[in-house]
Amino acid sequence: MNDMSKPPATPALRFEAPPSTSLWSHARHIVSENPVTGFAFGLFALIVLAALFGPLVAPYDPLASNTNSALQGPSAAHWFGTDQLGRDIFSRVLVATRLDFAIAVFSVALVFLLGGLAGVMAGFFGGWVDKLVGRVADTIMAFPLFVLAMGIVAALGNSVTNIVIATAIINFPLYARVARAEANVRREAGFVQAARLSGNSDWRLLLTQIVPNIMPIMAVQMSLTMGYAILNAAGLSFIGLGVRPPTPEWGIMVAEGASFIVSGEWWIAFFPGLALMIAVFCFNLLGDGVRDLVDPQRRN
Amino acid sequence: MLRMIGARLMTTVPSVIGVIIVTFLLTRVLPGDTAAYFAGPAATPQAIAEIRSKLGLDQPLPVQFVSYVTALVKGDLGQSLTTGQPVTADLAQRLPASAELTLVGLLLSMAIALPLGVLAAVRQGSWIDHLCRVVATAGVSLPVFFTGLLLVYVFYFILGWSPAPLGRLDVFFSEPPRVTGLLLIDSLIARDLETFRAAAAQLILPAVTLAIFSLAPITRMTRASMLAVLGADFVRTARASGLSSGKVIGTYAFRNAMLPVVTTLGMVFSFLLGANVLVEKVFAWPGIGSYAVEALIASDYAPIQGFVLTMAVMYVVLNLLIDILYGVIDPRVRLEG
Amino acid sequence: MTALPLLDISNLTVEFATRRGKVQAVKSIDIQVGKGETVAIVGESGSGKSVTSYAVVRILDRAGKVAEGSISFSGVDLVAADEAQMRDLRGREISMIFQNPRAALNPIRKVGRQIEDVLLQHVQATSATAKEKAIEALEKVRIARPEERYDAYPFELSGGMCQRVVIALALACQPQLLIADEPTTGLDVTTQKAVMDLIVELTRERGMSTILITHDLGLAAAYCDRVVVMEKGKVVETAEAAAIFHAPQHPYTRKLMQATPRLGMALADLLPEGTPKPPAQARAPATLAGAAPLMQVENLVKEYPRPAGGALLAKLRGKAEPEKPAFRAVDGISFSVARGETLGLVGESGCGKSTTSMMITRLLDPTSGRIVFDGQDIGAMPARTFAASPFRRRIQMVFQDPTDSLNPRFTAQRAILDPILRMGTVEGRAALRERCEELARLVGLPVELLDRFPHQLSGGQKARVGIARAIALEPDLVILDEPTAALDVSVQAVVLNLLDELKQRLGMSYIFVSHDLNVVRLLCDRVVVMRSGRIVEEGTAEEVLGAPKAEYTKELLTAIPHPPA
Repeated sequence: MNDMSKPPATPALRFEAPPSTSLWSHARHIVSENPVTGFAFGLFALIVLAALFGPLVAPYDPLASNTNSALQGPSAAHWFGTDQLGRDIFSRVLVATRLDFAIAVFSVALVFLLGGLAGVMAGFFGGWVDKLVGRVADTIMAFPLFVLAMGIVAALGNSVTNIVIATAIINFPLYARVARAEANVRREAGFVQAARLSGNSDWRLLLTQIVPNIMPIMAVQMSLTMGYAILNAAGLSFIGLGVRPPTPEWGIMVAEGASFIVSGEWWIAFFPGLALMIAVFCFNLLGDGVRDLVDPQRRN
Repeated sequence: MLRMIGARLMTTVPSVIGVIIVTFLLTRVLPGDTAAYFAGPAATPQAIAEIRSKLGLDQPLPVQFVSYVTALVKGDLGQSLTTGQPVTADLAQRLPASAELTLVGLLLSMAIALPLGVLAAVRQGSWIDHLCRVVATAGVSLPVFFTGLLLVYVFYFILGWSPAPLGRLDVFFSEPPRVTGLLLIDSLIARDLETFRAAAAQLILPAVTLAIFSLAPITRMTRASMLAVLGADFVRTARASGLSSGKVIGTYAFRNAMLPVVTTLGMVFSFLLGANVLVEKVFAWPGIGSYAVEALIASDYAPIQGFVLTMAVMYVVLNLLIDILYGVIDPRVRLEG
Repeated sequence: MTALPLLDISNLTVEFATRRGKVQAVKSIDIQVGKGETVAIVGESGSGKSVTSYAVVRILDRAGKVAEGSISFSGVDLVAADEAQMRDLRGREISMIFQNPRAALNPIRKVGRQIEDVLLQHVQATSATAKEKAIEALEKVRIARPEERYDAYPFELSGGMCQRVVIALALACQPQLLIADEPTTGLDVTTQKAVMDLIVELTRERGMSTILITHDLGLAAAYCDRVVVMEKGKVVETAEAAAIFHAPQHPYTRKLMQATPRLGMALADLLPEGTPKPPAQARAPATLAGAAPLMQVENLVKEYPRPAGGALLAKLRGKAEPEKPAFRAVDGISFSVARGETLGLVGESGCGKSTTSMMITRLLDPTSGRIVFDGQDIGAMPARTFAASPFRRRIQMVFQDPTDSLNPRFTAQRAILDPILRMGTVEGRAALRERCEELARLVGLPVELLDRFPHQLSGGQKARVGIARAIALEPDLVILDEPTAALDVSVQAVVLNLLDELKQRLGMSYIFVSHDLNVVRLLCDRVVVMRSGRIVEEGTAEEVLGAPKAEYTKELLTAIPHPPA
C-alpha cells in the first residue's frame, strides 16, 4: 500500500446528484396532495384521545340503567339517545372506544411479532423453516378467516383475550407471507451479498440488512390490518362471542339495537355502528397514507 | 389442462388434511369438559364418566383422531342438541340458502365492480375514478352487519319497499318443490312466478348487503391491475400498431388485468363466507351461518364444528375452481402445469 | 436532401408535467428522415431520444404533451391529426419495435393472433386469409416452422425469437417508416447481430425508412446512414455515419465517441481529452515466471436439480418417472489467476460465468471441484460460514448493479466501513472516519458525499462507493461482475480507468466478468471464454481476441458492431 492519501489521477467527475428529499418534506407533500390523509391523521388522534380519556369525560355512567328514560331518541340530554334499559348511548359509545381500540392494537402487535418473525425467518433461511411456516399459513388460509375466528373463540372460550388471539391467528398468514416475500427477494439482493462479503454472519445480515428494509412495508401492513382487526372483533361480538353484556362495545351494542331497527328505534344500533365505521375508515385511510409515505415508487 | 387440474387437485390434499386436523383440535380444546356438556347440568359424575367413554373421550388423542376421521368419512358430524337432528342433515338442509345468498351477492358485486374498476383505470383522474376510490375505501370500512341494518331501516321501516327481514320466503308462500334448493331456480322450474318474486324480494336486501361488502376489494384490485396492465409494454406495442382502443382495452388489457383479480377472488370468498354469517343473523336467513350462531348461543358444539368444517371444505373447493379459472385465462399456468 | 423528407420533425418541444412543474424532455429539435434512409438517434439515458419517437407516433403517456413544433409525415401533420387518423397510421404507415421484446408481446395471446389483430385492424387481411398472412409474416422474419410458432405464446419463445415476432408484427402491414427503440438492448451480442441484420435487410428490401434509437454509438454507425446525437433533450450533432465516427464536431459527440471502447485503443484513450492520463502501464502479465498462482480452480462443477414436474402424481400412480439429469450450470472448468493479473471471464447470458464468480467469492457452494486460494482449498469451506474465515477479507467483489448493491438505509460511509467494522482492525470514530475519507479519495468520491444515502447519489457515485467497499480491506482478489453494465458509456470510461489504476496501486488481482469483448480487451491480461458451463478458449487477451481459435469466439467477435472504416 503506497501513498493512499494522494488523490487518484483518474478525474473525479462531479456527477450531478439527485436533490435530496427528506421523509418530512415527502410527508408534507403527501398531505398537501391528498388532504384526506391529513384528515385521517386528525381522526386517528381523536380516536386515541377517546380511548385514553373516554371513561373520564363520559357524561353518564355507561352501565347505569334508568327505566324511566328508556328508548328515547337523540336529544340535548342524551345526544345519541338511550337504549332499552335507559342507558346513555353516547357515553357507552365513547367508553367502548378503549376496548375496541385495545383489541385491535394488541392483536395487530401480536401478529406483527409472530407473523413478521416467522415470515422473515422463512424467507431468509428457506429450507425446513420456510416449509413449516408455509404449511401453517396455508392451513389457516384454508379456512374462511372469520369462520376460523368463530371456531377458535368457541373452542378457547368466550373472552376478550381469546378474541385478540383469534384475530391475531387469522392475520398470521398475511403477515408471514408479506414478510417472507420481502425477506426472500432481499436475500439475493446485491447489498445483502455485499454485506456477506464484508464478513457479516447470517443473523447479523438478518438484523442489519433485511429487517430494517422491510419495516416500512410491515408498518403499512399494520395500519391496513388495524381496521380489519376492529371489524373482526366487532363481528365476533355481534354474534355473541367474546365481549359479554353489559360491557359497552360497538359490535355488541349494534347487536342489541338490531331488534329495535324494525320498530324504528334506529339510534340504538346506529351510533355504535357509525363509531365503528368511522374508526375503520380512519385506519384504512391511514394505511393508504402510510403506504404513500414509504412507497419508493411514489417517492421521486 | 387436465394435467394442470390433476396437479392442482393434489395440492388440495394437504389443505384438506390441515383443515381436518385443525377442526379436530378445536373440538379437543373446548373449554371445560365436553362430556359434562353432553351430559347436561344435572348429571352425576358417574353419568359423565359413562358419556365420556361412550364418546371415546377417555382414549388417547391419536385413537380419538382415527375415530373422528372414520366418522367424518361416513358423513357423521354428530348430533345437534338443539335440533335433535344429525348435524349433516341440518347442514344439508340449510346449505342451499347460504349458497343462494352468497352467489347472488357475488354476482351483483362483480357486475358493478368490474366495469367500475375498468372505467376508473381507463379514465384515470375522472369523476368515475374518484367514485371508484370512494367505493373502495368506504366499502371496506362498512361493517357488514351495520350496512344490513341500515338497509332494513331505510327500505323496510321508512320506505316499506322490502318485506320484513325474516327469512327466505314470506309465510304466505309455500316453498316450491325442492330440486336445487335454490329458491329462485326451483320456483322457475315450478313455473311459479309469484313465488319467484317473493323469494327475490326477500333475497334482495341481504344480497345487496353482501355485494356492498365485497364491492370494495374487487373494484380496488380491478382498477389497480388494469392501471398496471395499461402501462405495460405490450399495451404500448398494441397502441403503436394502431389497434382500436376497444381491442386494446378489451382483448389486450382486460384479460391480462383479470389474472390478479381472479386471484383476489379467493380472498373475497373468504370474506364473503365470513360476512355471510353476520348477514344471515341480521336477516334471520335460515342458512348454515345462522345455524352456527344459534348453536353458539346454546353452547351446542357439534354443529359449530360441522359448520367450520363445511365452510373450510367449501372454501378449499372454491379456491380450486379459482385456480382452474386462472389456468383457463393464463396459458403459462396451463401449459407448464 | 433535395426531395421532401418522409418524416420532418421541426422545432419539436415535448413537456412533461411533474411534481416540480413542467419539464422539457425534448427541446426544439429538428430531425428529417428521407425515403429509404436509415437514421440513428443516439444519446445516453435521459437524452430524450425515446420521447421523440413516442411523440412521433403520439403514444406519450398522460403527463407528456407536444408543447411546440410540428411533425409531418408524408405531408400529414401528426401533431394536429385526430386520434382516428393516428390509429390508422400506426402500424400501417409507421411501426415501432421496442426493447425487451418479451414484455412487448401480450403474454396470454398466441403470437399468431397478435399479428392477425394488426392485419385485421388495418384491413390487410380478411378473417379468412388472416392466419395465412400471419404465418407468411412469421416466415419473412426467418422463423423456422412458422405454422407451429403461430400457436406459440411469448413465454415459449427465446428473447431473440420474440424480437423476430415483434418485427413481424411491425412489418406485417408494409409500413413506410420503422422506429426501432433500443431493439437489441438486453439481447446477447450474437442475437443482437442477427436481429439487426434482419431489420436492415427487410427494410432495405422494401425501401422503407428506419429510425434506430440507441445508446450504442458503435451500433448506430455500423447500421445507419446518418446519425443524430442528442444530449439533454437537444440535438447536438447530425452527420453521416462515417463522418461522425472519424470527425465528430460537437464536444459532446467527441466525448461520447471517445468513451466508446473500440479496437486498437488503450484504456486511457476512453477519457475525455485534456484530462491528465495515468501513466501508461505495461500490459504484459505481471506474473513472475514460476511463481505460484493466487487462485487455481480445478474441475469446478455446479449442478442444480431439475424441477420434478408432476412427480407426485406419477408416484401415486406407481409409475416412477426416470430421474432427469441435474442441470449443470458450470460443467467442470479449470483455470488460474496469477498475482497482479486481470483475468477476463467472458460469455453470453446463461454461460455460467456468474455462477462461477459466485462460487469463487464463496457465496455459493460448488457441487464438486477445488478452488485453491493461496495454497488452501477454500472451495471446501462452506459458504454459509465463510464470513468468519480469515480468507473472507482477501476475496471481495464489485457488483453489477451499483444501486442494488447498496443498502438503502446505510449512508455511503456506513456502507464503505461495513467490512472494516466486521473484519478490520481500525477502531474509534475518528480513525474510522479518517480511513473512510482516505478510501473515498482513493476512488474519487467527493468526501462531502459520504453522509448521503444511496438514493441521493448518482449511478457513477454509487459505483465508486461499491468499489471503495470492495477495496476497504485491501483484498488480494477482487471479482468485478459486469461492474459497468448499468452505467452510461461516459461513466463507464471513468470507472474502468479507476479500476485499472487501483489495481496497479494496491497490487490486487481481478477477475473481470463481462459480456462486452471491447471492454475485456482493454482491461484484461488473459481471457477465458465460456459457453454452456464449459471453457471454449483460454489465452492472453491478444491471442484470444486477436486470433481466436474457437469457432464460438470468432462468432462473438464478428457479432460486435463495427463502424464503417
